[in-house]
Amino acid sequence: MLGKLSFSAIPLDVPILVGTFLGVAVIGLAVLGAVTYYGKWGYLWRDWLTTVDHKRLAVMYIILAIVMLFRGFADAIMMRTQLALAYKGNPGYLPPHHYDQVFSAHGTIMIFFMAMAFMTGLMNLVVPLQIGARDVAFPFLNSLSFYMTLVGALLINISLFIGEFAQCGWLVYPPLSEMQFSPGVGVDYYIWAVQISGVGTLLTGVNFFTTIVKMRAPGMGWMQMPVFTWTAFCTTVLIMASFPVLTVTLGLLSLDRYLGMHFFTNDAGGNVMLYLSMIWTWGHPEVYILVIPAFGVFSEVTATFSQKPLFGYKTMVYATCSIMVLSFVVWVHHFFTMGAGANVNTFFGIMTMIIAVPTGVKIFNWLFTMYKGRVEFTAPMYWTIGFMITFSIGGMTGVMLAMPAADWILHNSLFLIAHFHNVIIGGVYFGYIAGMGFWFPKAFGFKLNETWGKRAFWCWFVGFYLAFVPLYVLGLEGMTRRMNHYDNPDWYPWMLAAEAGAIVIALGIVCQLTQLYVSIRDRNLPENLDLTGDPWNGRTLEWSISSPPPAYNFAVIPDIHGLDTFHTEKQLGLKAHGKPLAPIHMPKNTSAGVFIGLFSFILGFASIWYIWWLAAIGLIGIVATMILRSANRDVDYYVPVSEIEHNEEVYSRRIAAAQAAE
Amino acid sequence: MAQAHTAHDGSHGSYSAYLIGFVLAVILTVASFAAVMTHALSPGMALAALTVLAVVQIIVHLVFFLHLNTSSEQSWNLMCFIFAAATVVVIIGGTLFIMHDTAINMMSR
Amino acid sequence: MAHEATMSPLAHADDHGGEHHHESPNVFGFWLYLMTDCVLFGSIFAAFAVLRNQYAGGPSGKELFDLTNVGIETAILLFSSITYGFASLNALAKNKTMVLVWLAITFVLGASFVGLELKEFSSMIAEGNGPDRSAFLSAFFTLVGTHGLHVTCGLIWMAVLMVQMMGPQDLSERMMNKLACLSLFWHFLDIVWICVFSFVYLAGVM
Repeated sequence: MLGKLSFSAIPLDVPILVGTFLGVAVIGLAVLGAVTYYGKWGYLWRDWLTTVDHKRLAVMYIILAIVMLFRGFADAIMMRTQLALAYKGNPGYLPPHHYDQVFSAHGTIMIFFMAMAFMTGLMNLVVPLQIGARDVAFPFLNSLSFYMTLVGALLINISLFIGEFAQCGWLVYPPLSEMQFSPGVGVDYYIWAVQISGVGTLLTGVNFFTTIVKMRAPGMGWMQMPVFTWTAFCTTVLIMASFPVLTVTLGLLSLDRYLGMHFFTNDAGGNVMLYLSMIWTWGHPEVYILVIPAFGVFSEVTATFSQKPLFGYKTMVYATCSIMVLSFVVWVHHFFTMGAGANVNTFFGIMTMIIAVPTGVKIFNWLFTMYKGRVEFTAPMYWTIGFMITFSIGGMTGVMLAMPAADWILHNSLFLIAHFHNVIIGGVYFGYIAGMGFWFPKAFGFKLNETWGKRAFWCWFVGFYLAFVPLYVLGLEGMTRRMNHYDNPDWYPWMLAAEAGAIVIALGIVCQLTQLYVSIRDRNLPENLDLTGDPWNGRTLEWSISSPPPAYNFAVIPDIHGLDTFHTEKQLGLKAHGKPLAPIHMPKNTSAGVFIGLFSFILGFASIWYIWWLAAIGLIGIVATMILRSANRDVDYYVPVSEIEHNEEVYSRRIAAAQAAE
Repeated sequence: MAQAHTAHDGSHGSYSAYLIGFVLAVILTVASFAAVMTHALSPGMALAALTVLAVVQIIVHLVFFLHLNTSSEQSWNLMCFIFAAATVVVIIGGTLFIMHDTAINMMSR
Repeated sequence: MAHEATMSPLAHADDHGGEHHHESPNVFGFWLYLMTDCVLFGSIFAAFAVLRNQYAGGPSGKELFDLTNVGIETAILLFSSITYGFASLNALAKNKTMVLVWLAITFVLGASFVGLELKEFSSMIAEGNGPDRSAFLSAFFTLVGTHGLHVTCGLIWMAVLMVQMMGPQDLSERMMNKLACLSLFWHFLDIVWICVFSFVYLAGVM
């Protein structure tokens, strides 16, 4: 009846997990209680959970990403602490079975549910506003994508308290992940969480590609498109081209596990190496899916805070596009040591090194944008400059690893770990945080606190070097990744230094939380309020409307005459176009996304535990909800002109108030 | 039914277009089956013939059934298809290149 | 190029029964989904290509495949393609009865295709040559089965559309878009089948 599920699946014998469960339960109950106490369930359901508004979905994505950051970082600091203790006969506090789950969960969560969710959130918030659109092309699919991501995140976190998580690393390499060696539910949790969220990501890709191609404001040709939108565009292309490969690869692995097939088994003709090749066919584009939008953020931030147009806009676009294409022909560099011949390794090694060229172009473009600009050193600018330094170092160690001969020595050592954290923290994370600080006023109407933002930056920046430079050294000294304990006395001090770095980063996260708290507390102070909708003297369309924008974004769709039209018109003192207002056609909120998410969760959870009747209910529920949705003809409404006029009037009063205050 | 000739808009096809496409598809399919079942060609030649026939038939289907063409309305569809096809070529070609080379190098197959 | 792509967001919303020269973003979005499906099948083909000779002592394609059956399946799919095409043409002519008739014929053809495939699979499994026999058979069942699963989804979709068409949706603009999407889906599956019969069945018996 309940498949593999029984009470013994609840890890009551692991005190860390019981403690975590109590903590999560207390916080969860507190949140639910607060919502009930303040009577906000209706508001939450109507205005947030069932919304199809890209700006609100963006906020929910980013909240999810921040929660997942805590989870992923808790895993990270647990690993660092284990390795600071588990030296010379001391087994540490994490037994291998638990430790292996921790490092697998850390990678999975940080990539799929922190970085991907954050990236999608930023894209949701910014892309429609930058191209002058009123929503994305498929608002309902957008809501559905969010719930797919959320369900994946839920599944992966439930594995903490019911059953176990995968113990084979964040890409669950076979044959270890096959039934023969991992008979538990850990790998199944991984597969279903990643597959379900992967569907959401794929839909996001289709959705935003269509939005950017079909819904740009009149006059906005390709070379008038803001750089962040360009990078989002390239990311959606990569999503559409690579996520199906992930779906197939994990699908084949689940066929091995569930139906006893032989794709990646050791026996009956299966080929383990095929899995490596296929998963990295997706995996390498995936890291560019994450970092390319971060490049877009840095471009917007640098240009705005240097008060200059971006240097070399066109080369920036071409560089982004060539990175996009090249990222598809480099995947072997993740497994040079697999045993392919010299011609394969040489080809992919050279292609990898070539990627450094367009990336270098970008770095110089940002530097030249700052050169002779009037640079305002705001917190987003701090993260940007920190990125340029850190990412360059990470890029150079990447080129080292791109040499197959060097890779044979460094493969799977801590040098590699240091390298990819160097580019992912220094590139992706710094970028997303810069973007969050930059666009936060647009989403909420007030700015983030600068002082705490800068404190957070310094903690992250210093903590990063303290935590990861030792790993470079350890890698060169021969320490491999995913080690549970060790005896080498030379490694010990470096591990202590890395632990100190992790603690400094933890302080950085505390600063970020404080920043959020202080900013919300002081949101009504005049220096924090964003009355004009243009707090940074911005260049692109999202700053031409009020903060937060109305549901329909633009009362009148702007006409575009060139790059940074909004900024040019502002300089020339041109007033907003006096075009007549017309009723605006908008999509209605829908609960279909919530229900499809719920049934997907049931399907995933039941399949993990082999509860087939429940899985059937989940599947039927998904199909039935989709059919009902497709029969629903009441999906849109018109915003009347009177409401638009009212909103516009409020906005002009706020602008007048801001001018009076100056 | 005969009066339902609404093919003023070329992008939606017409009875004649569907029938032409159908006849071409049948000819190409029969040719593929014949290339293998008659054993007239060596395996290598037969595989080459199959590939050519399959590519031609895919184009026939795209043009006559999916109404893909080079008009400006369809340019994005066409561009996306070309990109997807290129991606598929990279994935299949790359995988075969890597796995074949590995098999030779490791003498595993 | 820029001009064509700068359609205002209002364009698709506000000129409902008006001009039809702009392709709906729904159809374009669905086309994009099909392109991702293309990559999905491409990946399965890649896996099949790598594992095609891994018989593990089990039977090869030469011993297993019945080309007559494959020929019949191919013929059915080809016929279903033009019958769907005729349904589309009747939809443009707003001839609802004939749309339903042609869709019903297409449905029967599609269902018989799935039936033949299930028969082939079940007889292979009954002889002990199921997907767990060898890597080659795993790849074969997965590739052909994924195509069959797509056809099955197409059939469910077709049935839903037929029911909805009889209801208040009639042949509305929205229904026309749905029919156009299903049309792309159905013809796309034919293209996948071309690759399946060429590179799995025919190349497999050589």
